[in-house]
Amino acid sequence: MASREEAPKVNAGSMADIAFLLLIFFLVTTTIETDAGLNRMLPGKDSPPPSDVYQRNILPILLNGKDELMVDGEIIDLKDLKDITIAFLDNGGASSESENYCNYCQGNRDVKSSDNPDKAIVSLMSNRETTYGVYITVQNELVAAYNNLRNREAQRLYKIDFTAMEALYDKSETPKAKKDELKMKIRSIQKLYPMKLSEAERQ
Amino acid sequence: MSKFAKKKDGELPAVSTASLPDIVFMLLFFFMTVTVMKDSSLKVKNELPVASEIKKLEKKDRVITIYVGAPDAQYEKVFGTEPKIQLNDKFSSPSDVGDYILMERAKKSQELQNVLTTSLKVDKNANMGIISDIKLELRKVNALKVNYTTGSGDAFNNLK
Repeated sequence: MASREEAPKVNAGSMADIAFLLLIFFLVTTTIETDAGLNRMLPGKDSPPPSDVYQRNILPILLNGKDELMVDGEIIDLKDLKDITIAFLDNGGASSESENYCNYCQGNRDVKSSDNPDKAIVSLMSNRETTYGVYITVQNELVAAYNNLRNREAQRLYKIDFTAMEALYDKSETPKAKKDELKMKIRSIQKLYPMKLSEAERQ
Repeated sequence: MSKFAKKKDGELPAVSTASLPDIVFMLLFFFMTVTVMKDSSLKVKNELPVASEIKKLEKKDRVITIYVGAPDAQYEKVFGTEPKIQLNDKFSSPSDVGDYILMERAKKSQELQNVLTTSLKVDKNANMGIISDIKLELRKVNALKVNYTTGSGDAFNNLK
């Protein structure tokens, strides 16, 4: 007497092999992309050049075709650029009676350097022959200088690093209410140390 | 006759491989999700510089990429060794950048068109001249948000 007929079982033994095949394909084709970098805003098409800026409020940085760096008329090492930029931005040279007085600056208050961070402009001039790698290093040091000062102020006001706030703001998990709060805080810090970087090319 | 048959001694039970497909599938799904398919093949040398103060480029659909670098060894004979711009799959001159950006921008949906970022993937041995030309073109078409795409690391490694 034959039992009730059953559908024959498919042999699943080769499933692992098929999965392995696919796995190896994806392993080989995967490229983990490097998608991070330095963000920068270019000036608009016909934005007017800043007019009547005092010489003391400009930090001229020159990069020549031999990748040498000159700041304020002196050839310096790239390692010193960050400290020089911080000293320049944080100087707060305007006197305490004037409207430009900077009450949060901790710099030397040198009258020959920038009045306050809002007025201070970093001017970066590069040559056509300058190597891109060196240029990026300079940009990186300038951003580091700004981040350093912004972190200090953010710690003082909100007990959190500025860069940490930005990272939190960019995360998609952060709830909306928190984002709005962070946006407000980030704006206020950016206002204390606005990034004013002017770039030009020198032939 | 005993009820329980005596086990043959000295034989190890075989390890069950039934869960092997599950494990492999798990790995497979992991790689399937993290894989990014390359949309254009690189024709230029593209060794990115490194920087420490970097920010992540979050959303892939809001990025337009421009590659710059010296042509690969196989293209050297035709295109020389000076750094070139690669847009999509072909070598281009700086004057093509504006058109390319406008074309890519038109492909994106309306609400993204104002928040696009241009990612510059430039070989660290390229010169600033070609970058300045690109930046000038970008300003002409009002593509002002730029990201100098870099690896992460100590920026002073670029000097070597």
